[in-house]
This record gives sequence, C-alpha cells and structure tokens, in this order.
Amino acid sequence: MNIEIEAIMYPVLVLGGMGFVFATGLAYASQKFHVEIDPKITQVRDVLPGANCGACGVPGCDGFARGVVAGELPVDGCPVGGSECAEAVAQVMGVESGGVTKMVAKVICNGDSTKCKENFIYEGIEDCTAAALVKGGSKSCAYGCLGLSTCVRACPFDAIEITENKIAKIIIEKCTGCKKCVTACPKNVINMVPYDKYVVVACNNKEPAKIVRAKCSVSCIGCKICVKACPVDAIGFDNNLATIDYEKCINCFICEKKCPTKAIEGEIDRMKETKSKKKVNHQLP
Amino acid sequence: MSASSIFIILVSSILVNNFVLSRFLGICPFLGVSKQVETAFGMGMAVTFVMALASLMTYMVHHFILVPRELEYLQTIAFILVIASLVQLVEMIIQKSSPTLYQSLGVYLPLITTNCAVLGLTILNIQMELSMIEAVIHAIGAAVGFSLAIVLFAAIREKLEYYNVPEPFKGFPIALIIASFMSLAFLGFTGLV
Repeated sequence: MNIEIEAIMYPVLVLGGMGFVFATGLAYASQKFHVEIDPKITQVRDVLPGANCGACGVPGCDGFARGVVAGELPVDGCPVGGSECAEAVAQVMGVESGGVTKMVAKVICNGDSTKCKENFIYEGIEDCTAAALVKGGSKSCAYGCLGLSTCVRACPFDAIEITENKIAKIIIEKCTGCKKCVTACPKNVINMVPYDKYVVVACNNKEPAKIVRAKCSVSCIGCKICVKACPVDAIGFDNNLATIDYEKCINCFICEKKCPTKAIEGEIDRMKETKSKKKVNHQLP
Repeated sequence: MSASSIFIILVSSILVNNFVLSRFLGICPFLGVSKQVETAFGMGMAVTFVMALASLMTYMVHHFILVPRELEYLQTIAFILVIASLVQLVEMIIQKSSPTLYQSLGVYLPLITTNCAVLGLTILNIQMELSMIEAVIHAIGAAVGFSLAIVLFAAIREKLEYYNVPEPFKGFPIALIIASFMSLAFLGFTGLV
C-alpha cells in the first residue's frame, strides 16, 4: 500500500514543485519585464465593429485603435462603424467627433442585358477582370457593369447581388462602405455615395450622346434637362455625364422624374422607409 | 571532450541531421514565419534561446530529478513544462525589448511551446546519452540549423514575390515545393559525418 502512495506522491510532488518554481520565476519576470499598454487602446478596440476589413487603411481593428490613440488616425476614420462608432471612439478619446456621413457603394450602371447591346458572346472565366481583358468585355458599352460577380466575391458583407439580367446591385442596408468592391471592379463602375442621399446618376459612359444612344437605352445622353431642372444647382456636367454634388442635393427627386432616359435612379422607397423609421425613433421617449 | 567531437556534433546537427529539412521537426514556424528574412531571423534567434536553455534545464531535470526517483515516464510532460515556461519568459523579454518583432512573430511565438523541434531536441539529447556540455552544443547546432533553414527559405520566398508564379501555385503550394527542394538539397550532406 505504501509503495502505491509513493508512486503517486512523487510524480505529483515533482511536477507540482517544478510548476511552482517556474511559476514563481515567471511571476518575477513579468514584474521585471512589464510593458505598459495604454488602456485606451483596448477601450477603443472594444467599440469598433471588429470586422478587421482594413477599410480604414491600416491592417485590422487593433491597428486602427493604436493609430487613433497615437493620434495618427482620426476618431471617425472607421468607415464601417459610421457615426455611431465614431462617437463612441471620440468619447473614449475625450474629443468631439465631427459627425461623419455614412457612405455606401452604388453601381452606377443600369444597362443590364435587356437594355444594353452585347458585341459578342463571352464564354470565358466567370469573372469581370478576366472578361474585361477580352476587348473590354462583351458589352457594347465600354464603361458598363459586366455582371460577372467579381464585386460579389470581393464583398466581405454579402451586400452585393447579381440581378437576373446580369448586373450588380448593392443591397444598401448591408453595405458598410468598406470600398472593397470599388477597388475590385475592373470597370470602375462602383461609386461611393452618401447613405442619406437617394438619387444617383446611374450611368458611367463618357462617350457623346450619339454613340452611346445606339448602345444602351438607359444611358445619360447629355441633354442637361436635369441641370436646368435642379432647384439647388446641385447637378453639374462633366465628360458627357451629369454629376450630382451631394453637398447641395436635397433629395427632391426632380432630376429623377425629368430624366428622359431614366439614367438618374432614385430610391424613393428607401427614403420613405428611412424617414418613417426616424419618425418612430422620435416618438419613442 | 575533444574539439573534434564538438565539431562533429555541430556539423551533424546543422547540416546532416538538420532539424527542419532532414528530421522534419518544427515545420509549423518554418512555413508560418518565413515570409520575411527579418522575422525569420528573429524566430531563429528566439528558438535558439529556447533550445539552448531548454536542453540545459531538461538535462538537469532528467538527471537530477527524474532518474533518481525513477520517474522517466514523466519525461514528456516535465519537458513540456520546462519549455512552456521558457517560452513565456522569451515572450516577455521580446515584448519588452522589441515590440516590432513581437508583432511580426505574432501567434508563432507562443507556439514555440509546442514546437516539436524543441521537444524533439530535448528528448534526442537524452536518447543519444549526451553529456551536459554536449547537449548544449547539440542544442546550439540544432538551433543554428533551424535558423539557417528558415532564413534561407524566407530569402527564397522573398525573391519569389517578384516572379510570375502560375495562379494555382501562388502562395503556399509553391512554398511547399521549395521546401521539398531544400530538403532534397540537404539530403546531399548525408555521409558527411
């Protein structure tokens, strides 16, 4: 019986003793090599979305938190978190956030397969970057969306879908504004637009009206009706395309109604929804 | 112990029985931290430190604690305990002295704990019945061999960035192919000692 107890006691004592000695040594070492970490870094890190998408320009949310605390990055530098996140970060840092406008991506092309003519049938790899290498894609319009899902694969938030007529569409409510699709798109047909503006010029073709009209039925033909119609002079004209200055835009939808080719897209449903949501929020105490 | 036997141990552990390329131990950090020569070198140094101290400590633990009590069957767990504490110590030292290296080593630093090259070395020391000094020399040789392999590999991978690798081989697959070529090259040292 004694032997059995010894057989258990010695290993326990030996391992326990070793563990104790090492633990004491490590405890001493941790005191000696203690590194001060700014508690603000962890606090800032906690209020960030934690998607580690890199949209802010530094790798990961940890990097962003360190940058903010070091004063190298602005408190509202996280495009994914939007104004809520910026406010929380500003609170941790003890400064005022300037209020950041949430930006979302929008595909500035409506020329799907029913509206825009095809030059040839593309049967290669199902990828816009690959397709764009073959004479700039099968579309007759060299500026339009090819609809082969390159942006869908680039989006970390599943916020892009391809419609049945082969064109990319951003699901605005899911979009966080990380700009991954903007960089991925070989046609540069995705733009960043403020979340609370509901009109967009959905055409990217910079060719003169005569040429573009033969190719696509929903293109901007440069008639400048919208420029004249806009009550706040928010629409300019550049490279045969109308451009909206979102600083001035008041969401009146006049340009959308006046546009003869429906090249200006308005999301009246989304505006109503957002407004009604806001009203509900206001009624709550 | 003569100078020639030191030399033989060193050559055999650095080249002939290179821990990574001939014994296939410590593959995890070899593949994980070999994207840049600088971090690879840092990893090599960290492993060197851990290996040298670990072989000294495990030698003492084995011969002064385990053998007298006939507890050799506790070898693995006792050695892991020693190695884990040493790695903790190294981690603290690196975090204090070089935050950049600490950042770039990342998760691979605490993973030295389970780096089989370190455990393999300490167990080999006992199996080969080396004396204390021989064990430390063997450890240094093994660590130099590890550092040599990982730095060479990192240098090749750095160069590789500039070459047009076919799409399916980009990144990890080509790294594995390179590792196998290096292993073949080190096979040429067989018979040197």
